[in-house]
Amino acid sequence: MFRGAVHLCAGRGHLGRRLSTLRGGSALGWAGKVSEIKKTLQSVLPGGAWNSLYDTSHLPPEQSDVVIVGGGVLGLSVAYWLKRLEKQRGAIRVLVVEQDHTYSQASTGLSVGGIRQQFSLPENIQLSLFSVNFLRNINDYLAVVDDPPLDLQFNPSGYLLLASEEGAAILESNVKVQRQEGAKVCLMSPEQLRNKFPWINTEGVALASYGLEGEGWFDPWCLLQGLRRKVQAMGVHFCHGEVTRFVSSSNRMETTSGEEITLKRIHEVHVKMDHSVEYQPVECAIVINAAGAWSGRVAELAGIGKGPPGTLQGTKLPVEPRKRYVYVWHCPQGPGLESPLVADTSGVYFRRDGLGNNYLGGCSPTEEEEPDPENLEVDHDFFQNKVWPRLAWRIPAFESLKVRSAWAGYYDYNTFDQNGVVGPHPLVANMYFATGFSGHGLQQAPAVGRAVAEMVLEGRFQTINLNAFLFSRFFLGEKVQEHNIF
Amino acid sequence: MHSLNLVAPVWNGVTKSIRDLSSSVAPKGSQKKGKRLLQFLADRFYDVEALREYLLQKQVSKVHQENRFQGQEWIQSSGRRPSSLELLSFQAVPVESVDASDCAINYEGLDNLLALKELQSLSLQRCPHVDDWCLSRLYQLADSLQELSLAGCPRVSERGLACLHHLQNLRRLDISDLPAVSNPGLTQILMEEMLPNCEVLGADWAQGLKSRPEKQSQDTASPTPA
Repeated sequence: MFRGAVHLCAGRGHLGRRLSTLRGGSALGWAGKVSEIKKTLQSVLPGGAWNSLYDTSHLPPEQSDVVIVGGGVLGLSVAYWLKRLEKQRGAIRVLVVEQDHTYSQASTGLSVGGIRQQFSLPENIQLSLFSVNFLRNINDYLAVVDDPPLDLQFNPSGYLLLASEEGAAILESNVKVQRQEGAKVCLMSPEQLRNKFPWINTEGVALASYGLEGEGWFDPWCLLQGLRRKVQAMGVHFCHGEVTRFVSSSNRMETTSGEEITLKRIHEVHVKMDHSVEYQPVECAIVINAAGAWSGRVAELAGIGKGPPGTLQGTKLPVEPRKRYVYVWHCPQGPGLESPLVADTSGVYFRRDGLGNNYLGGCSPTEEEEPDPENLEVDHDFFQNKVWPRLAWRIPAFESLKVRSAWAGYYDYNTFDQNGVVGPHPLVANMYFATGFSGHGLQQAPAVGRAVAEMVLEGRFQTINLNAFLFSRFFLGEKVQEHNIF
Repeated sequence: MHSLNLVAPVWNGVTKSIRDLSSSVAPKGSQKKGKRLLQFLADRFYDVEALREYLLQKQVSKVHQENRFQGQEWIQSSGRRPSSLELLSFQAVPVESVDASDCAINYEGLDNLLALKELQSLSLQRCPHVDDWCLSRLYQLADSLQELSLAGCPRVSERGLACLHHLQNLRRLDISDLPAVSNPGLTQILMEEMLPNCEVLGADWAQGLKSRPEKQSQDTASPTPA
């Protein structure tokens, strides 16, 4: 155990009773040697990353109770709630594996940052309501001793959804559901719209719904950093690497109807280090798939979807990356400070950004226009041809504007019904999903994190019932469709 | 039937919140050493860390408890305290104006104010916990509110001021001395555009401009009147 210390002493020679300065000295001074000895002793004592063969301090731990694949807002939210809801302090060891610690392609940082309760499913409304409460009290939840409080830069300006004749009935029934669940939303007629927001061209608008409270936009990067800081303070381990393999064991079992199925259990997660072939097998009890746009790939690694199509084994996780563009433009005569996040009947949306008459927005492409998600290059022609004409028609002031910049980000798009996947997989018993939110993951992350933590710790959802979002719906073909995704 | 004007009681103590602690006087040498020792212990012993976090949570929740208490207390006027019999006789009288200056009212405490459907004048000057979220609730007073003062509120920014567009009956709005507003001059102009019938006070458009160096030296040379 003192091998390291012995080497340092031996280096000074047989007559090494006196200080090394008399024999010509070594490269390190006395203070340097003391710190070397301290470091070696520290790494050798239990809990340190000491390996007799080589230094392993950059690798993740060899064992972890929960491994969360993906360190974005959803992954960190699950980590936070797992640590917060654990029965005993330090009971659960959590490891978060993130492949890109700069988050350059992660959906969280590239998000427009909006939050709304204007959904059609009661579950989605409840998730948003809890999340907005979380954001309002963020410094109560994420306070870290000696660190400054977080400033989310929340703009409580609300969302304004416009509906044409065909969509008016759906909008009205949605608003009814929203108000029942406790969201503060009101309906507006075209005339009321013209009075309140005179810069809107109300031609073709039959009805509009306007969020009065608890809706708006905020800085997603601040939420991410706040969660990261708090989660590190709570003792969650972070690892910068990529998950390349799951080692699992299978059990052939028979269902009550006599059908044979294979139940799998993941035992090890192989985490590969960046720019290297070195990997660490992490023994784990539970794996949480919060990999966002890459969740489909991670699920395939676990063998989900490898089987004859039409069976439960052959049902893939239908989450794939979809590229979405956001453009920033300047318009000196544009809508004023009161402008909410406006979503038009055509799918175009925009919001103000700051005090200087800058706006940002975009549009969801149709299925045929879907851009290739291979990279995050921006297509400026898309703005010219698809976004600007519709924008200028709805808001005449936007006929003269100047595009300042643009970026692209991924939706973790659920091709089945554009709603999240939450909860365990029926066959791979210890993989839990927290992904597939198709563009509204950020605004539901705090609540979804809590739901997944409840599922892991208690075995069922306790506060918000998300049974409708379980994986099994893909096999059973039960779509829980949301009518307002853009 | 006359209407009531209410004033919050004089609050003797200083509402100390965890935010004030970090922005208070810079710690002297001994305090710093104490803090470092505490951090050293907290890094090494789980118990010390848990104790620190527990104290932090207590501090944060202490603020909320004081607000709830305050939420009931403020109904009494300063100076003479009316007996409960007198207050009962006021039950049917609509409250016209409320002065909650320097009051530790927060988001939940606003429930009391928003229930006053005939409120015409509201003063929230120097309230330390009134922030953008609280302003987003004020739309419920849109029918009656004519005068609003937010002067000196440390947490109000231009993002919360943007929600005041619901208050179409507002005639006087005081947004002076808001340290969290990034550009007071520009905000004033945008607020005036947003509320055309309202007189917006406080932020002078010249505040954002820098005076020329010669003018500055002239000002310092001239004697300032007492």
